Amino acid sequence: MSLQRIVMTVNGVERTVDAHPMERLLDVLREKLGLTGTKEGCGEGECGACSVLMDGSLVNSCLIPVAQAAHAQIVTIEGLGSPEKLDPVQEAFLHCGGSQCGMCTPGMIMAAKCLLMHNVKPSREEIREGLGGNLCRCTGYMRIFEAVEAAARKQESEAAR
Amino acid sequence: MRAAPEQYEMISPGNLAAALKLMASEPGRWLPVAGGTEVMVQYSAGRLPQRNLMNVWGLPELRRIEVTPDAVVIGGGCTFAEIRAHKAIAAEFSMLAKTAAWVGSIANQNRATLAGNLANASPAADSPPALLAYEAEIELISVRGTRRIPYTQCHLDYKRTALTQDELILAVRLPRRFAGWRDYVRKVGTRNAQAISKVCMAAQALVQDGVVEAIRMGMGSVAPVPLRLAAIEECAAGRKVNATLIAECRQLLDKMIAPIDDIRSTIEYRRLVAGNVLEDCLRTLAGTA
Amino acid sequence: MRKEGAAKVCGTARYIDDITLPGMLHGATVRSSIARGRIKKITFDPAIPWGEFTIVTAADIPGANCIALIQNDWPCLAAEVVNHPEEPIVLLAHADKHRLAEAVAAVRVEYEPLPSVHSIAESERKDAAVWGEDNVLKSYLMEKGDVDAVWAGADFIVEGEYETGAQEHLYIENNGVIAEYSDAAGLTIYGSMQCPFYVHKSLVKLMALPEDKVRVVQVETGGAFGGKEDYPSMIAAHAALLVRKAGRPVKIVYDRAEDMAATTKRHPSRTRHRTAVTKDGKLLGAEIDLVLDGGAYSTLSSTVLSRATIHAGGCYFWPNLRVRSRALATNSPPHGAFRGFGAPQSLFAIERHMDRVAAAVGLAPEELRRRNFLRPGLTTSTGQVIPEGVDLEHLLARAMELSGYKEKRQRFARENERRALKKGIGLAAFLHGAGFTGSGERRMGSVAAMDATADGMLRVLVSSTEFGQGTNTILCQIAAETLGVDYGVVQMGPADTSVVPNSGPTVASRTAMVVGRLVESAAKEMRHVLTEAGLIGEQYSTEEFQRAASMYVGKHGQLRTEGHYEAPPNVFWDDELYRGEAYGAYAWAVYVAEVTVDTVDYRVAVDDFVAVQEVGRVINPVLATGQVEGGVAQAVGYALYEKVVWQKGRMANNQMTNYIIATSQDIPPIRVYFEEVPYKYGAYGAKGIGELPMDGPAPAIVNAVSHATSADFCAVPLLPEDVMTKLAQVKSQVVEVVGA
Repeated sequence: MSLQRIVMTVNGVERTVDAHPMERLLDVLREKLGLTGTKEGCGEGECGACSVLMDGSLVNSCLIPVAQAAHAQIVTIEGLGSPEKLDPVQEAFLHCGGSQCGMCTPGMIMAAKCLLMHNVKPSREEIREGLGGNLCRCTGYMRIFEAVEAAARKQESEAAR
Repeated sequence: MRAAPEQYEMISPGNLAAALKLMASEPGRWLPVAGGTEVMVQYSAGRLPQRNLMNVWGLPELRRIEVTPDAVVIGGGCTFAEIRAHKAIAAEFSMLAKTAAWVGSIANQNRATLAGNLANASPAADSPPALLAYEAEIELISVRGTRRIPYTQCHLDYKRTALTQDELILAVRLPRRFAGWRDYVRKVGTRNAQAISKVCMAAQALVQDGVVEAIRMGMGSVAPVPLRLAAIEECAAGRKVNATLIAECRQLLDKMIAPIDDIRSTIEYRRLVAGNVLEDCLRTLAGTA
Repeated sequence: MRKEGAAKVCGTARYIDDITLPGMLHGATVRSSIARGRIKKITFDPAIPWGEFTIVTAADIPGANCIALIQNDWPCLAAEVVNHPEEPIVLLAHADKHRLAEAVAAVRVEYEPLPSVHSIAESERKDAAVWGEDNVLKSYLMEKGDVDAVWAGADFIVEGEYETGAQEHLYIENNGVIAEYSDAAGLTIYGSMQCPFYVHKSLVKLMALPEDKVRVVQVETGGAFGGKEDYPSMIAAHAALLVRKAGRPVKIVYDRAEDMAATTKRHPSRTRHRTAVTKDGKLLGAEIDLVLDGGAYSTLSSTVLSRATIHAGGCYFWPNLRVRSRALATNSPPHGAFRGFGAPQSLFAIERHMDRVAAAVGLAPEELRRRNFLRPGLTTSTGQVIPEGVDLEHLLARAMELSGYKEKRQRFARENERRALKKGIGLAAFLHGAGFTGSGERRMGSVAAMDATADGMLRVLVSSTEFGQGTNTILCQIAAETLGVDYGVVQMGPADTSVVPNSGPTVASRTAMVVGRLVESAAKEMRHVLTEAGLIGEQYSTEEFQRAASMYVGKHGQLRTEGHYEAPPNVFWDDELYRGEAYGAYAWAVYVAEVTVDTVDYRVAVDDFVAVQEVGRVINPVLATGQVEGGVAQAVGYALYEKVVWQKGRMANNQMTNYIIATSQDIPPIRVYFEEVPYKYGAYGAKGIGELPMDGPAPAIVNAVSHATSADFCAVPLLPEDVMTKLAQVKSQVVEVVGA
């Protein structure tokens, strides 16, 4: 069946791809746009490694047919910061030991980012819930919780300045 | 990822009328896909038999929440995140808000829709028990018009609903006639997040001096369809919650449910825990827990 | 700060599935659908345009059809018989990965079924002989003193049987490799793996290539936990066979379902204890019978069994002890390495059993343990003398204090009578031998190197790999500290077998302690070389050191130094009798778990977790804490959630939705504390840490559940269904008593 031309805004840049409508957003990001920071862990919306922001909401990109992403605003891990200029959440993950093997990290950071966008000072319980869809097999989550709290503090102090 | 995308078609009709027209023109050919949290799982695993999919995500006609004097009407395309966040639902139909928060994870709640949850018709779905307890109605729409049925008549058998092949779930209506009722919800899942329920229950009751004046109960994961526990409601009405009543209700429940053995749990567990949850529910609502 | 951390948090770290080579094909595997049988016929459905595919069978293997490990009985591709479900039979490759699923399904394999066995009990009974004559992959007998003489003098003889289930690693990144080949360079494998030289050794044998025509490069690896110790050799072999036939690079990356169904798990176990004890709670002796389910081929079972055997007596002094152990074959995919490597199985048994022995004697669980702890001067089960500094009593006291153990133990028991939510608290004391067992390190003879580039960048050259635990960071820290330079100027060389020496596999909690020590030696040597050359004095800045290194490279062409393994003095190990120094050092720990058991749905929640351990010097507190927390989280899953549902040797719940690991909402606060007693022969006093935290949580949690419910639970995973079954029994007994 035929390819469709799909336009979406990815990390602030308008991108056009020719894709089959049922291709997964995850595959389009990774294979057609070269954004391999978004990972596949399970392919069934369970692990959250493929989390991205779509129109401001956290979603599992493995469960999105690309046709449904047409005209959407997508933000991936590459859209947050770079090693030279880290986003506060990325920086907190790095400093607090929130990343070990790194496979869950991009999705986890997107979930943390989304949480902090909606809730500037989440409680530990709210953090646990906000990250409940992102499985990590390395850290036992403690360093991740601390990273989210550190990022929240940093955002708060920056906002106060 | 075991499916070949080029073997699947997805059409985005863009509005409700066009979607209904497409469904009417080729009944049964087009599978509506909203948030895709179920369909895409089947698709990726290479288990999705339908090759023709119709994108109904974000259709504005399906995505309204309306508060009228006698009902809260939730558009079928509303996500569980939207349901959770809605003030009137949280205030008057808190069990639905809570069950919305049970669904998968934040990312799943941002995509999964109420209509999708009902149309998919899994007996383990999170929202049905609350809808049963609230005596919800569902509004169905097709090119032929709309019709309204009690939610109790929605699920015919395992994964089979009363929807005809050209119908979509337009909305779910929650009647606003339960002010002052107490409620009880409980999900017994495999873990605290991202869990598929082994037993789930929602109930509300009007209780006066320890006497159950009226009660409505729904239970999931214990039969091929979500169950309204009508026989138990009748049995409990007008009575005090005590050991005798609980024993009678447990016996009735035992006859109503048909739990299964699968890779997630056992018949014995589901049966005993369903009874325990029912007992916990009655005691909690009566204030004797 | 984690060396590769910035790349990981930015998503720029490149894992195997992030890499695409020009002209690359995608590979897939046709696997057996039955547990055991003879392959009669393989047919290819004519509906598929097979001309577009590269097809490989066992007949295409140029060398030996095996994955070289210990016994070499593990075929790369089944040729005549299959011995477990999901055994690889045919390989396919195509440029379009979406063509593969259909093609795999279109290869039909006809079998003549053979009888199979699917549990320790069936294998033991020899319902069918599926491996050798008796299904015994390996057995050990480890004896100390004269255990037959103790029973007569015992006040109590306490028996128990304990079981542990399989566990899936569930690294978030599935197994994957890319293979390429040219006549000039030979075969190159890029992949997600722990042990590049294991893969190298296996490919040389399989492909019949000279050693210098096989190159193995580890790329960023998304978790391993032992699960990428042996299986990467298999998937690399498959990609190698396809690349040789296709003449184009081939990528094989498993999806989650295939990875879970086909690759290794933790060995299930059954352990029987019989213990002689005095009325004062002094352990006189014990007989322990330990059995592991090894799956269909021997792979690493002999070494897993060895560690399980040595750890079977736990952290107690046994004047008399006999451990008989066996690994038995069953017709499931081979079980393999998983963090803890046999120790979690035997330590679960001993630490549950200690609570039972305490109950029999009438002592508190902590008191029975305290009276029998190994102490300096006493000998372990293998006769190894405990050195000065080991102080389990102190660890116990600290763990009890930090957890409020004493007060809670009494209060919970009192309050539980009238509550539907039953609370409990339990503990486990344990040890974990760091590094290879016995003579392993000496046989391995590991080498680490350092070199400098022309622009003065200093590199650590090892085959030890990073897969999240912090290898890069720790080894660079050690090198920087030894060289006296800033951490930032020390880099890891590539984990590429054509560049680095063989510092051994990245397993057995040996990297910081053993390889770290080698890096320390190599760094010392580098400093020595530059000092001798007159390029640095006693004091120097980082820049001065770099300049010196750069000048040396300019003058001599290269600056490369090595560190070679030297066994600590007075270490002796007898492989026959299982006597002597089993490990260079042990790490020690006491963990306390607090739980709530809900009597409505029988679910167990862990409310609090205290982990106190002594692991030598802690080189990097953030990483070390992360190792312990991560290990505890995996072990919470091992104890309460993670069940592999077997159907005729095949994992039936091979999806993340149905194999339940703990989420952020299931994990208790994990409170981690270290006591530091530097180990003389480890790098900067370090001992191993990676595996220890996997050992203790399961018994601590189950002890707490038993405390909460007054029921005796003896198996993990302990699911709500199991709690229900046991409590329903207890309840019905109570009713009978009342009725009588």
